[in-house]
Amino acid sequence: MENQNRKGWLYLLPAALFLGVFLVYPLIDVLIYSFEENFNFASQEGTGVGLYNFSYVLHDPYFLQAVKNTFILVFITVPLSTGIALLISLGLSSIKKLRNAFQTIYFLPYVTNTLAVGLVFMILFKKTPYTDGFANQIINFFGGSSVDFIDGPYWAKMFVLCFYTVWVVMPFKVLILTSALASVNDTYYQAARVDGTSRSGIFFKVTLPMISPSLFYLVITGFIGAFKAYSDAVALFGTNLNVAEMNTIVGYVYDMLYGDSGGYPSYASAAAIILFTIVLTITCINLLVSKKHVHYS
Amino acid sequence: MKVTLQNLTKKFPNRNKKVKGDVIAVDDVSLEIPDGTLVGLLGPSGCGKSTTLNLLSGLLQPTEGKIFFGDDDVTRLPPEHRGVGLVFQNYALYPHRTVMGNICFPLENLKGEQKLTKQQMQEKALEVAKLVQIDGLMERKPNELSGGQQQRVAIARALVKMPRLLLLDEPLSNLDARLRLQTREEIRRIQRSTGITTIFVTHDQEEAMSISDLIIVMKDGAIHQVGKPQEIYDDPIDLFVATFLGTPPIHVFDANVKGEKLYIGGKAVLDVPGVADQDITAAIRPEGFELDENGAFEAELDRVEVMGRDVSVVCRHENCQADAIRAIIPSDAQVDTAKATVRFDLKPGKVYLFHKETGKRIRVEG
Repeated sequence: MENQNRKGWLYLLPAALFLGVFLVYPLIDVLIYSFEENFNFASQEGTGVGLYNFSYVLHDPYFLQAVKNTFILVFITVPLSTGIALLISLGLSSIKKLRNAFQTIYFLPYVTNTLAVGLVFMILFKKTPYTDGFANQIINFFGGSSVDFIDGPYWAKMFVLCFYTVWVVMPFKVLILTSALASVNDTYYQAARVDGTSRSGIFFKVTLPMISPSLFYLVITGFIGAFKAYSDAVALFGTNLNVAEMNTIVGYVYDMLYGDSGGYPSYASAAAIILFTIVLTITCINLLVSKKHVHYS
Repeated sequence: MKVTLQNLTKKFPNRNKKVKGDVIAVDDVSLEIPDGTLVGLLGPSGCGKSTTLNLLSGLLQPTEGKIFFGDDDVTRLPPEHRGVGLVFQNYALYPHRTVMGNICFPLENLKGEQKLTKQQMQEKALEVAKLVQIDGLMERKPNELSGGQQQRVAIARALVKMPRLLLLDEPLSNLDARLRLQTREEIRRIQRSTGITTIFVTHDQEEAMSISDLIIVMKDGAIHQVGKPQEIYDDPIDLFVATFLGTPPIHVFDANVKGEKLYIGGKAVLDVPGVADQDITAAIRPEGFELDENGAFEAELDRVEVMGRDVSVVCRHENCQADAIRAIIPSDAQVDTAKATVRFDLKPGKVYLFHKETGKRIRVEG
């Protein structure tokens, strides 16, 4: 028994070692950094322990802007992308002809590089001396006046960011949901039909509960992913996100470490801990809600 | 309620492009099922029995022909307006609902005047649950039930809206052997106590024989014979029906008739008055052999299997299409196992003659 035990620990050792060095240690380190005041990176010394870093970050207008941006992004894109993905998947699973072709088309953004997609969005939305961009051409066609989506008003920039995010995360969700829908046995639908269930009844009472585990998985990972958004904003608005008012929490952490105003690991750590707390809270709420509405068979 | 099928045909488009024409799953079936009977739709897999069931439920639309429930033409009626209860082979219980939720499901879809309050639904659900004896399991989820219990829930769900017709698709195929015996009695009991016309599909002839009032034997989309189980067994209309029913199966011999006598392997074994001289196929039920030292039918003795109630004599004959003949005789009969051969007399009522090419029955006079 004792021997067995030792063997077990031996097998666990490599993974435990890697996780310890690259995950657990940095996590603890970040936590320590976040409470150390006036930490000097060069001398590796601080003046004491306290909540000053958190206080600074929470009073930093750039951070508050980043929090606002992140929350708008999360609460618009996650429900929207999941909803649209569900509609697309339902559409895909009800057609027979050209189904594979459509599936491929919907999956293309997933294999396309973020920055390449950013370029495409530039062409769609960016105003240059030569053209107002494709989106503005459409607006002009319907009689509206041009909007600068990249360097213009806040709402326009936020619209582009949300649009971009929804578009980028969509393929994966469509992929997961189409396979979830395909795995629902056809006899459930037949049984529901014989029992006189309306189309909406079948959707809400049969389809939705059956695919709820996949849906829940997408919502959880969607929330976490959107809270960690950063590269998308960079692809659209460049690296100087604070000036563009388009920074995200992760962007703020990055700026505090390496940006022009960088070199403040304590502030970065405090911001990271705040982000961690937010994500943890939201995920816990998700889990509580899911207990009632998600059905694992 | 009486159910009538009129020249019912269902064709499916052929997926195999090399073969032209449609696949005919149900071929010009006409049938009348009397009110309140338990009917077994029997046939080998791919014979169109499940398609027939789906046509009755309305999940499939026939290519041609009509379906009547009582005097109503329901051919074009969608499933929800037909008033049928359907039990699927895999039960199709909703895994996210409790037993109560599953049984209530059909009631939740009622509209207008038929709409029920939650309490009324639960009362009705409990009523049928008592009928199928699962009223103690109402709060369980389907994955917490055994196969037999799931089956009962499925039947309860089909019964709760008081269907005019109950359809069961291979109801016993997912159960183990013991449960199968138990459940088929249960289906019989439920059908008796509700009086609902019930049709069940099966490929197991024993299952069909044991509980049905009426058996419909199908093959290749066409009905071969309709009748009471014993009638079909005793008086098969063709070779297919004769071979499909009965365990152990009937023994088929290449034989010929000459001078109103049946010859198997060149020996006259039975008088067959009224049958013209020709090559024929003869079939003998296992219980059609009678041990007799001077019997006309001689076979090569292999072994004797004692089964308590009776004895099965396993023997061989070169004209038999199967490798071994199993003759079932009473256990008090003495078989001399030292001999190389065994002799039987044949019981006239257990020997059937069929046309060599068409397989149609040739009847013996008298």
